[in-house]
Amino acid sequence: MMGKRRIRFVLLACIALVGSSWAQEIDAIDEARIDAATRAAFPRASADWLSRFKADQTLEACSRYRDAPPAETTRTIAAQESATIQYPPDGKLIGDWKRGEQIAQSGYGLRFTDYPSTRENGGNCYACHQLTKEEVSYGTIGPSLVDYGKIRRFSEPDTKAAYEKIYNSHATFPCSPMPRFGTNGVLTMEQIKDIVALMMSPESPVNRP
Amino acid sequence: MKNVRQSLCAAILASAFAGSVYAQQSDGGTIERALETYRSMMKSDPWSNPGMLDVDRGETLWKTAAGPNNVSLEGCDLGLGPGKVDGAFAELPRYFADVDRVMDVEARLLWCMVKLQGFDRLKLLTRPHPSAGMPVRDLGAIATYVAYRSNGRSFAATFSHPKEKEMLALGEALFFRRSGPMDFACSTCHGDSGKRIRLQPLPFFSKPEEARRIVGEWPAYRVSTTHVMTMQHRIYDCFWQMRLPEVELGSEVSVALISYLVKQAEGGEINVPGMKR
Repeated sequence: MMGKRRIRFVLLACIALVGSSWAQEIDAIDEARIDAATRAAFPRASADWLSRFKADQTLEACSRYRDAPPAETTRTIAAQESATIQYPPDGKLIGDWKRGEQIAQSGYGLRFTDYPSTRENGGNCYACHQLTKEEVSYGTIGPSLVDYGKIRRFSEPDTKAAYEKIYNSHATFPCSPMPRFGTNGVLTMEQIKDIVALMMSPESPVNRP
Repeated sequence: MKNVRQSLCAAILASAFAGSVYAQQSDGGTIERALETYRSMMKSDPWSNPGMLDVDRGETLWKTAAGPNNVSLEGCDLGLGPGKVDGAFAELPRYFADVDRVMDVEARLLWCMVKLQGFDRLKLLTRPHPSAGMPVRDLGAIATYVAYRSNGRSFAATFSHPKEKEMLALGEALFFRRSGPMDFACSTCHGDSGKRIRLQPLPFFSKPEEARRIVGEWPAYRVSTTHVMTMQHRIYDCFWQMRLPEVELGSEVSVALISYLVKQAEGGEINVPGMKR
């Protein structure tokens, strides 16, 4: 039988191994040096645009731990990010799935060619997720969301959880690769409700056979 | 004549790709296999790659006197001595003592075009990359020519000079650094094997086997935009997609990221111009 100590040793060894494969004889670098290089590399960017490089505590931790933070940091991130989630005053989390599908298809918004803005930002969900069975051009960075609502029996707690994952993915999955759509102001509350509808409505093609 | 040939090639390619994409939308792997078939056909007749026209153009530009100083780039030292092109790309990025900084092929060419030929740096840095349907700019064509003259060689940049080591460290840190309104890092899309965006497969750059296979294809001819895209342009496009501002051609940030990619691809064979979606 493997003793507790032995397991801990193996775990530590694994962590060290993973760490060293990342490091690959590459040295660490000073934060100030990174900031200076970044400022110099975008000479035409306004202060407003340059502020996009400023990482908050969560992103800083995710970058530092390569998206695999230790347990305590994970809890801190979840708590901090949960606190940023705002809910519709009337408590209704499900919008219009048809609009949700349009938002899921659109990658428009916030790129330097998207100004002045001509339409609402997209969520670009299909870039990373499978959603409806009809759309065959979908990415695989995120899990498939086919039958998302059906699998969850369209339950209220799961509807709330879906809203929260879209509003701020880090509240549920700290250091998730998914954007914090609500907290970062990429999508409006109404748009998030529309995507929730796409995932959670029985009539949505995500849940239809 | 060149234009006719180029648009003809592009049309044939575009329809071939459109056909295969349409028929096989449900399977990204099939598209990749179709591309692989196309690439192997290209190998048997390299001149069927429209990017070769820019290799040609780049060679002429390299050898022809130009700029306010009316000199050719044959006095340009790409690391192996002035005018030495063969094999130079395979050892880039590298530290250049005359500027006391690390440069990739495009940063070095920019410097040579300014320093030797007398071109206006700011002009070269204004809209330095072609929009869809437009040919790669002169600097990019020359870079494609220089890279082509390392075909068959392996990436062998040493990253032994302290400034090269520093550049590599900067590149690695930037690769995993999340920022912008979408919280993206390079690793968000390129941090795992077998992933794709929509139907586009994504290379996992921290895995040497994948980096070797992909990095050696750049600069590459892109069928969707009908022009050669350089590595600096490719990275500029990533920043665009990440909702970050326009990264300057030849900046430390882009050279650092290229250094990181080239280090991961160490030992991989150079075979340019590659052929991309």
